[in-house]
Amino acid sequence: MTGLRHWLKEGAAQRWLAGAALLAALALVVGLVVVVVTVSAGFFWPRPVLELQLRDGSVVLGEEWGREDDPTEAGSQRVRMKVGNRDVFGLDFRWVRGAEVAARRTPAAAWLLERREYGNFYGFPQALRSPTGSVAVTDPSFQVHLDHALAETRRLVQEEEALLRRASRLHEPVARLRLRVAAAERAGRDAAALQAELEAATRREQTAAAPLLAELAELRGRAAAFSLLMRTADGSERELAVSSLLRVVPANRMTTGAKLALYLSRWVEFVSGEPRESNTEGGIFPAIFGTALMVLLMTLVVVPFGVVTALYLNEYAGENAFTNAVRLALANLAGVPSIVFGAFGLAFFVYTVGGGVDRLFFSDTLPTPTFGTGGILWAALTLALLTVPVVVVATEEGLQSVPQAVRDGARALGATRWQTVRRVVLPYATPGILTGTILAVARAAGEVAPLMLTGVVKLAPALAVDTTPPFLHLERKFMHLGFHIYDVGFQSPNIEAAKPSVYATVLVLLGLVVVLNLAAITLRNRLRRRLRSSAV
Amino acid sequence: MTPPALATVALTCGFGNHTVLHDVSLAVAAHRITALIGPSGCGKSTLLRCFNRMNDHLHGFFHRGQVLVEGRNVYDPTWPVEALRFTVGMVFQKPNPFPLSIRENVLFGPRLAGVTQADALEERVVRSLQQAHLWDEVKDRLHASAFDLSGGQQQRLCIARAMASEPDILLLDEPASALDPIATAKLEETIVALSEAVTVLLVTHNLQQAARVAHRTVFLYLGRVVEEGETVRLFEAPQEKLTEEYVTGRFG
Repeated sequence: MTGLRHWLKEGAAQRWLAGAALLAALALVVGLVVVVVTVSAGFFWPRPVLELQLRDGSVVLGEEWGREDDPTEAGSQRVRMKVGNRDVFGLDFRWVRGAEVAARRTPAAAWLLERREYGNFYGFPQALRSPTGSVAVTDPSFQVHLDHALAETRRLVQEEEALLRRASRLHEPVARLRLRVAAAERAGRDAAALQAELEAATRREQTAAAPLLAELAELRGRAAAFSLLMRTADGSERELAVSSLLRVVPANRMTTGAKLALYLSRWVEFVSGEPRESNTEGGIFPAIFGTALMVLLMTLVVVPFGVVTALYLNEYAGENAFTNAVRLALANLAGVPSIVFGAFGLAFFVYTVGGGVDRLFFSDTLPTPTFGTGGILWAALTLALLTVPVVVVATEEGLQSVPQAVRDGARALGATRWQTVRRVVLPYATPGILTGTILAVARAAGEVAPLMLTGVVKLAPALAVDTTPPFLHLERKFMHLGFHIYDVGFQSPNIEAAKPSVYATVLVLLGLVVVLNLAAITLRNRLRRRLRSSAV
Repeated sequence: MTPPALATVALTCGFGNHTVLHDVSLAVAAHRITALIGPSGCGKSTLLRCFNRMNDHLHGFFHRGQVLVEGRNVYDPTWPVEALRFTVGMVFQKPNPFPLSIRENVLFGPRLAGVTQADALEERVVRSLQQAHLWDEVKDRLHASAFDLSGGQQQRLCIARAMASEPDILLLDEPASALDPIATAKLEETIVALSEAVTVLLVTHNLQQAARVAHRTVFLYLGRVVEEGETVRLFEAPQEKLTEEYVTGRFG
């Protein structure tokens, strides 16, 4: 009895408990990171293309994407095969029961084709058709011809895209005039002059666009002349346009170096490319860009706002019922569910402020909203509101840490209150302000719910920054990594195919938050070192 | 006749309902070092801080009587407190450098005063650091952080910073209380040299320091001036019993 009491008094139990709690917390964090990293790191590594000969005589060609115990037959397993060829089979994945398989092979001739549309294609190359004729796969120069065809069609596709951009720019004056005509008609003004102008502009556009369209048709014709004849597992043949191919992967004949190169190029495509196939394939660059830009905009708003609030509370306002109420309100604000902020952002920023901006400055285009609908600016402002308590609290702590002796020193030199704040107190409090910024950024980068109401979309047609004036388009909708995870992982029609994208997006989002935090922490530590007092 | 650099006339002051100084009348002669001595809580620092109105920032401060700097009432409404503090500089107990470079610490006052010409600023940096006997130690690293200096160097930097505003009077509030003996000796040397340029009013706890440094000494006890006079005279032939007991270490 006394031994137990002594043991408790000594604190050994408490020490073990504290240690265990720390271990549990560490295990959770490390576990999350390990799961995300291992799963997402594996997805882009090239897998062999398997050929399964089934007992009923049919053949399944594809990649193995996991196996599990067969629920219909005890003691045997079934394999999930990615068979691709969505345009042929309808579904990318099928289960193959272990009992069905008669033979397993990895045929050296099997290829994986990554396409712009319809996902992967698995099959055996037969021949390449080009304007100069057909080359069979057995021809020693087949590979040379294929490389040439890929390079040529890639160039043609780029030219095509450039042409389309030029054509859409030609249309801009017509679109503007059409809006003005509609506005004039709504206002009951005489629109005849404008109507005539519109017709003239339409004719000008048609004249200017005609050669472009001819060129476009010509380019498409040239690209269509290259095609690859493939045989699928069941023996039927398909002719695929070379221009539709992103990568040609002889999956079973690759050296480790080639696999590594493919792996890296898939990652590069993932972080720098546009999404394809309703976001299940391709890259997530617009989402990375949208997240970073939104967080940046939010920081630009929340830091000055929060710092000024904290300055007033700490330096100017006295300790009274009002400031206590403000502090209490801020603490409560930090605990409000984020979806409530989203609803507020929608009602206040989007409908009230945005609607007002539209009525004042964009009345021509109404009822189509410009700022009166979700956009990156409103999302950033909503998140700024959400994170302002964090910045205020951290800044206040920073301000309270400024020694009274230093404030007195500045006042004794003849500095006014504001000069003291501006030149001495704020530099001293900078680490605290940065701490608040770090916390706000980390919170904002991971927040999704309020964004869904204030401007995030599944697929944004254009980035919020581009080369057309005014270059920064704050009214545009944007893509966001957190929403991308939700959308692709849980709202996608082809969830199995989207799995790599989801895990990799999680990894990128975690990485982005870590990078943002590390940058801010490094900056803060550097400032702290400068501020550390070596004096008594 | 020129007025004394610092003077109080029947000054009574305190905080809330606690009176710290009772009816203090004092004159501090220009270009001399005057030490304020007395036991803890006797009002030395409060008296010192009356001359640059630093007490005004403390809660519940009140005063009656007059505080004069060069014959002018410090509460003269036409004399802004910021301008008063350009005339009356101050150095505190603990070194309180700003989170800036050594050079920018020194230039804090001149910049507030609106000095912008590069050569004028340069001249002030050099002269103030020389006056504070710090120039030789920091001339190669003026852009280093002030926090990289030792405690004694920081305190001399604070003197340089006060001197850079070209004050007529310098208030020193126990400037050596946080320093070791070697740094203290160096600081005292600096203070003695400073009296050529400014009037120094020094609050100190350390009687030897007052004896070493000050021309005149004022002994304060329980908020009243007990005795004042030339330092040598005050220490060797005190006229009041209380003074004698204090300087011989029988209380305090």
